[in-house]
Amino acid sequence: MFAKQLTVFIENRLGRLSEVLNVLKENNVNILSLSLADTTEFGLLRLIVDDAQKGKEKLTENGFSSLLSDVTVIKIPHKVGSLQELLKAVDESGVNVEYMYGLSIEAEEAYVVLKASDGAKLDAILVKYGIQTVTSEDLKSL
Amino acid sequence: MIWNETKECMSREEMRNLQSARLVKLVDYVYHNVEFYRKKMQAIGLMPGDIKSIDDITKLPFTTKDDLRDNYPFGLFAVPNSEIVRIHASSGTTGKATVVGYTRYDLNIWSECVARCLSMAGVTKDDIIQIAYGYGLFTGGLGAHGGAEKIGATVVPMSTGNSKKLTTMMVDFGATAIACTPSYLLHISEVLENEGLMDKIKLKAAICGAEPWTEKMRNEIEQRLNIKAYDIYGLSEVMGPGVACDCEFHKGLHVCEDYFYPEILDTKTLQPVADGEVGELAFTTLNKEGIPLIRYRTKDLTSIDRTPCECGRTSARISRFKGRVDDMLIIRGVNVFPSQIEAALVDVEEVTPHYMMIVDRVNNLDTLEVQVEVNPKYYTDEVRAIEALSKKIGHVIQQALGISAKIKIVEPQTLVRSEGKAVHVIDKRKLY
Repeated sequence: MFAKQLTVFIENRLGRLSEVLNVLKENNVNILSLSLADTTEFGLLRLIVDDAQKGKEKLTENGFSSLLSDVTVIKIPHKVGSLQELLKAVDESGVNVEYMYGLSIEAEEAYVVLKASDGAKLDAILVKYGIQTVTSEDLKSL
Repeated sequence: MIWNETKECMSREEMRNLQSARLVKLVDYVYHNVEFYRKKMQAIGLMPGDIKSIDDITKLPFTTKDDLRDNYPFGLFAVPNSEIVRIHASSGTTGKATVVGYTRYDLNIWSECVARCLSMAGVTKDDIIQIAYGYGLFTGGLGAHGGAEKIGATVVPMSTGNSKKLTTMMVDFGATAIACTPSYLLHISEVLENEGLMDKIKLKAAICGAEPWTEKMRNEIEQRLNIKAYDIYGLSEVMGPGVACDCEFHKGLHVCEDYFYPEILDTKTLQPVADGEVGELAFTTLNKEGIPLIRYRTKDLTSIDRTPCECGRTSARISRFKGRVDDMLIIRGVNVFPSQIEAALVDVEEVTPHYMMIVDRVNNLDTLEVQVEVNPKYYTDEVRAIEALSKKIGHVIQQALGISAKIKIVEPQTLVRSEGKAVHVIDKRKLY
């Protein structure tokens, strides 16, 4: 199962990140996790929010370009080695990890956001191993 | 030193007589050999016999860069290809290059003109000259080369692109003169400084052209290298470098007037303006065979001075350039039109057609940055995809312009929309 990720293209200039976050704040969109991929020229701000569709609409209204894409949010046990175990399964499926970042950490569980070169293939292997994934709906209550 | 005293120092009256005789012959020549001119003349009811002296030149129609494009590639040639011995080309305003052809006679007069220019800069057969203009379709390299050989100087055909080799050979060969763009020469002077070679060079003179430069740049070049720097002008449509050059008094560029008749035109009415007034420069090639042009509008802004020069030459002098009538830029010696970028970007569907060019000069080398916006259909969450796109655009622009550009992808809706007169260029260099 997939969850929606909101990606915002931002130029590397002072205050731009803050402006994006302000739009989300003003519209009461809660950020659950984020990753900022930076190059010398620009950054890609990837966000997992409670309402991705609303986030995109509000950003568009405020002149930011954003994109909704499918990512896999995976629930894994919060203990040493579990991420590596997960990656063994991912590698077995033959898909590449485009990028990955952490979502939340609780006492027993942790979540990671993963973008695979082939999401459906990854999904199949996760189902096979009984590894839980989280949807956008689930995220709203997270 | 004056290369051709007969021609360069003749009285104004003799010059006018020579120009008149040559114009009469030229008009007859193009009427019978170039359909484009025959039709243009017929359209306004003008016959070759109507042109009796140089004063009648204003009756003749103009020629523009677009005319060359519309007659691409050889439509304006006055001779069959069997008589053409060389082709050169420069950027057109859009995709198509501006192509010119030379007969053997044309190459001879070109060398003659360059020889006069190099002589103004004091270059003789005893000099070793490095030609560091690009060799190829661009007229700079081979044009300067021909003139330097005519003088009998020892010619080192460096071309461009390898500053280290250039400075090494400058020292090892004991080069006494160099021909290149002024910005490249400043860059060379930095390389010499950094390598600690400045006191090992024997350079005396530089013949710089192919791009506009200021008096301030000349001073800087002269001081840093302890040489004399001269300004050479030309354009491929008319001939190439050697159309005009300044002498040691630096009071304007002496035009090789017996070959190229200069007119300064009011930019609105296109009527000739008085000497000393600024207008658009137009040239009539008085005895070129391959591609003779009548009243070719250069789009360069300058003024003219027909009084004798302290150097002894009587040829008309055009002032340092005051700017351009159109939006052409010269970047690293290459003519660039914003419209070329526009045409190139149309083929890249991942970006919108909006763009901004930022031209600057860093360490005396011209830089070009092209800013583009990604088409919303192609937004991505992967850095790799954006970098691949910017590489792709870079390639497309390199193909279109012949020079490399740094591509910057900017946020959507941040570039000026081309409604009316949108500004597509920010030129941070101060060239005029």
